[in-house]
Amino acid sequence: MTATLVAVQVLNGLQLGVLLFLVAAGLTLVFGVMDFINLAHGVQYMLGAYLAVSFYGLTGNFFAALVLALLAALAFGLLLEFLVFRHLYDRDHLDQVLATFGVILFLNEGVRIVWGAAPLSYPIPALLGGTIPLMEGFGYPIYRVAMILAGLATAVLLWVVVTRTRVGMLVRAGATNPRMVSALGVNIRRLFMIVFGFGAMLAGFAGVMAGPILSVEPGMGDGVLILAFVVIVIGGIGSIRGAFVAALLIGLVDTLGRSFMTDIFKAFLAPAAANQVGPAIASMLIYLLMAGVLFFRPSGLFPAAGR
Amino acid sequence: MSAPTAEPAGSTGVRWSVPLVLLVLLAAVPAVANAADMGFVTSLATRIMIYAIAAVSLDLILGYGAMVSFGHAAFVGIGAYAVGIASAHDQWNAAVTFPVAIVAAGAFALLTGAISLRTRGVYFIMITLAFGQMAYFTASSLSDYGGDDGLTMWGRSELFGTTPFEDDTAFYYVVLGCLAGCFLFARAVVGSRFGRVIAGVRENRLRMQAVGFNPYVYQLVAYAIAGMMAGLAGALLANHAEFVSPSYMAWQRSGELIIMVVLGGMGTLHGAILGAIAYLTLEEVLSHWTEHWRVIFGPLLILVVLYARGGLGRLIGRSGGDG
Repeated sequence: MTATLVAVQVLNGLQLGVLLFLVAAGLTLVFGVMDFINLAHGVQYMLGAYLAVSFYGLTGNFFAALVLALLAALAFGLLLEFLVFRHLYDRDHLDQVLATFGVILFLNEGVRIVWGAAPLSYPIPALLGGTIPLMEGFGYPIYRVAMILAGLATAVLLWVVVTRTRVGMLVRAGATNPRMVSALGVNIRRLFMIVFGFGAMLAGFAGVMAGPILSVEPGMGDGVLILAFVVIVIGGIGSIRGAFVAALLIGLVDTLGRSFMTDIFKAFLAPAAANQVGPAIASMLIYLLMAGVLFFRPSGLFPAAGR
Repeated sequence: MSAPTAEPAGSTGVRWSVPLVLLVLLAAVPAVANAADMGFVTSLATRIMIYAIAAVSLDLILGYGAMVSFGHAAFVGIGAYAVGIASAHDQWNAAVTFPVAIVAAGAFALLTGAISLRTRGVYFIMITLAFGQMAYFTASSLSDYGGDDGLTMWGRSELFGTTPFEDDTAFYYVVLGCLAGCFLFARAVVGSRFGRVIAGVRENRLRMQAVGFNPYVYQLVAYAIAGMMAGLAGALLANHAEFVSPSYMAWQRSGELIIMVVLGGMGTLHGAILGAIAYLTLEEVLSHWTEHWRVIFGPLLILVVLYARGGLGRLIGRSGGDG
């Protein structure tokens, strides 16, 4: 029974991890390639979920909603880039923080106006309903397994694109030395726009997948944004590989910590004290991890070359 | 992270006239508010000035030292909790609780700064966030002192048996005095040799090292000073609200402080005060007007960034003519 519980929590941790990876991948690319701090990345995750709610209402089909929401998220990311972000690339980081914070306020409230403040949801597709039996009488939802697989598949795809294609090569070169890439005749602005659009789409993808199991509500992206920042800092800014490792690490540490920390403390503390300390430590665990990683490796686990 | 290039806005005229006008205007607020029968304005202005103290302390390290602390609200919260917890143990004397609040926040700053200042740029932002979150979750777990729900204080601090904080107008002037004191102190720090070293490290760390300074020590001391000042703001905040809660330490509060400093124009000190006034007043006014005030506030922030480079302080400095 305990083994099953651990297995379930490990799977939950992986699922949170791939979700974080999808958000963090775009964030770390935008940060690494364009040197741009995009606080509005979290609301793009939220927007993905809301778009899926609407498209599900229109089509009644999860997969159709997924595809439409992805396209809309991409279009919206490009629109934001065109309207706001491209004017901020050569500005100070803090200017970027202030402006993208403004975008967060606007979109969080805009979502509240359009869709209302009440949490929304849409059902898990029938194809992915049901559970996989882990042990007798104990199943794990197929949808969550599908999420993990989809996240891993995206990670592999991203790895292939970044390391094996011409666009990926330009992205890596842009992360190392954008001026030189520009001088060699590459339209760096267009490259930025592509990276930005796909980053927004990945965040939207995470939002669409999270929609059926988490509630879709205004502000749902804010917490994810902070976690994604923790991930890219632990992983090393600009490094996809770092983001992947760190995302899984954070997902597992956070989930397992919340499940077992109180019990661990009960081993050597009075139950009352353990009940008080356990949840607090569990909540801080990822921040302790980040502080620890940065203490020993001030540029993260996989510092991108040239930074 | 590229170092924010912030030079004091305008000439010495602007450097002194803007803060002076600000302080005089602030001093007139309670009288005007009472005359107009709008007592709530005094309370709002008190809250604004408390946040202005915290913003000034943040500007000291952010604007002059390029240390972007994303955990600054933790210092405010620790100051507030020091006063709140003391009140729960029936210690109301401000002569005791305020120094404790300031020292506690300073000690936390010293401890976390010693670790955080090993990192640079964005990594520094994130590690200060981490310590801020740790403080937040610690406060949430203090079930003896309200835990998540916070701790209600049944009154305000006393000073050797007198109650200068009890009356809202008197408390207003106490806060104003603290703000003026902190501002002048920060100015003195910035103008001193110590402040020059901090600014020098911001501009070129390597060169300062070559000249023979140890940047780490100077930055750490500046960080601790800012933490103490924010702790004072926290002690005042606890008295103002007669309530302390973990939400004072949430990362959103730290973010708001950064927004205030950047909005007002970093590296000017009076910009931080302007930023706090602008941010909290706009929030108050717009939220009275419509519940969806953020739809207006958000684009306003974007417009300020795009078209008012250097923040509101610089805008005033420019239109002042002698800037």
